[in-house]
Amino acid sequence: MARTVDDSLFTSDGTALLGSRCDDCGAHTFPRQSGCPRCTGSSMADVPLHREGTLWSFTIQGFRPKTPYQGPDEFEPYGVGYVELPGQLIVEARLTENDPDRLEIGMPVRMEMVPFRTDDAGEPVLTFAFTPVGRS
Amino acid sequence: MTAALAIVGIGIHPFGRTEGVSGRAQAVHAVRAALADAGLRFGDMQFGFGGSWSAGDPDTLVSELGLTSLPFVNVANGCATGGSALLSADAAIRSGTHDLGLVVGFDKHPRGAFNTDPASHGIGAWYGETGLMLTTQFFGLKIQRYLHTHGIGTEVLATIAEKAFRNGALNPNAWRRKEISAAEIAAAPMISHPLTQYMYCSPGEGAVAFVVCRADRARDYCENPVHLSGAALRSRRYGSFEVFSPWLAVDAADSPTVEASAAAFAQAGLTPADVDVAQVQDTESGAELMHMAETGLCEHGAQEELISSGATAITGNLPINTDGGCIANGEPIGASGLRQVYETALQLRGEAGDHQVPGDPRVGFTHVYGAPGISACTVLTR
Repeated sequence: MARTVDDSLFTSDGTALLGSRCDDCGAHTFPRQSGCPRCTGSSMADVPLHREGTLWSFTIQGFRPKTPYQGPDEFEPYGVGYVELPGQLIVEARLTENDPDRLEIGMPVRMEMVPFRTDDAGEPVLTFAFTPVGRS
Repeated sequence: MTAALAIVGIGIHPFGRTEGVSGRAQAVHAVRAALADAGLRFGDMQFGFGGSWSAGDPDTLVSELGLTSLPFVNVANGCATGGSALLSADAAIRSGTHDLGLVVGFDKHPRGAFNTDPASHGIGAWYGETGLMLTTQFFGLKIQRYLHTHGIGTEVLATIAEKAFRNGALNPNAWRRKEISAAEIAAAPMISHPLTQYMYCSPGEGAVAFVVCRADRARDYCENPVHLSGAALRSRRYGSFEVFSPWLAVDAADSPTVEASAAAFAQAGLTPADVDVAQVQDTESGAELMHMAETGLCEHGAQEELISSGATAITGNLPINTDGGCIANGEPIGASGLRQVYETALQLRGEAGDHQVPGDPRVGFTHVYGAPGISACTVLTR
């Protein structure tokens, strides 16, 4: 598996985000955490998050962020959204689409791993992003 | 409940950028102005509460103000720092511990957006590295969802910023003192869709100080005291949509603003309908829009009509951000909440000059909101 921004965010096969589910009340979190923010319990189990959901909100990042951003020096605006994963939670993620006219709240989107930057050895570093489903 | 605390002296250092003057020096300027306004000396102060995000420790101001052994407590509570300092003073007076003291907030931030270390919020480094940890981005995401939910068009965002600059032009202590048309605001570079550059406030500089005392002794120091009739601070609940959130709960909950505002009004025995002049957090245009409803000043979805009809202008029946708000004053974090209280005190004293609201206002309201999901509100009366 290629290098990721943080392996602890993903299932071991790298195909899904890894969250937590509260054993007591069923609340989900991402990333994983040891305590439940809803019922204040402390028994949380790892759970893979759905790869498909619907776009809940979006924006386009219009300028290159300052440190600690590590994206390429040559900046291209990128989409950021919140995606509702049914029955789990609403996750924040980069979007593969950066044209606001091609994004719409409620549209179906799917998670994929995308190269985010190149490390010192020239190898790609992957992060998660959501892409509109059914678009070419 | 009867107010415990009265503001009997107010002081400000103009907001904006003052090259060569430190944040601490701006704080000293504001404190001396507040003391002079109350006709008192620093040696009369029994306590101090002060806040600054990045311009030095407030308790070190005593080296300049006077080494009198008073208890001086530093308050650090993000965007609610000023509100928390004022609440702390209220508690000190309400408890009977002290009768008379000082509240001060100041800051001096460099140009550009705030950059925050994810670790200080308990978030992994990946969040900042991949470009998700930006307050500007959060506000874009939040207003996009809000506009969608309540069926509000984006045009009103430029109208809000236009009002901020118009009010700032009337305020000698404001940073941005030039009017900018809604068309120019809408056409400015897009920072985080649908918010353009001129819709955001910028990190800035400034200082505000108050001399506060037991409300029943206010007339000893001042002919026109302003009473803190209600004040409340709240943090977020499970389900609210807050900055720096890698995830949100599907079950939505109210913002901390809703509870802080309701608690402040309840304490004052007043309702939002009683408010004559309001200052609400306008980190960007969308924040003013959302906060108008979250504070209870209007219904969700009613903002568009209120704003476009001029109701929120200085001459309207619900004047909001009469000093130009954060958009025209910038946001020195430690001073920003107290600036709202300063403006409200000016309005209630009838001393706001060109930006004075008409009609002899008696009830003012202030609201701050910020990271990591906190809000502080006050109800001020005379």
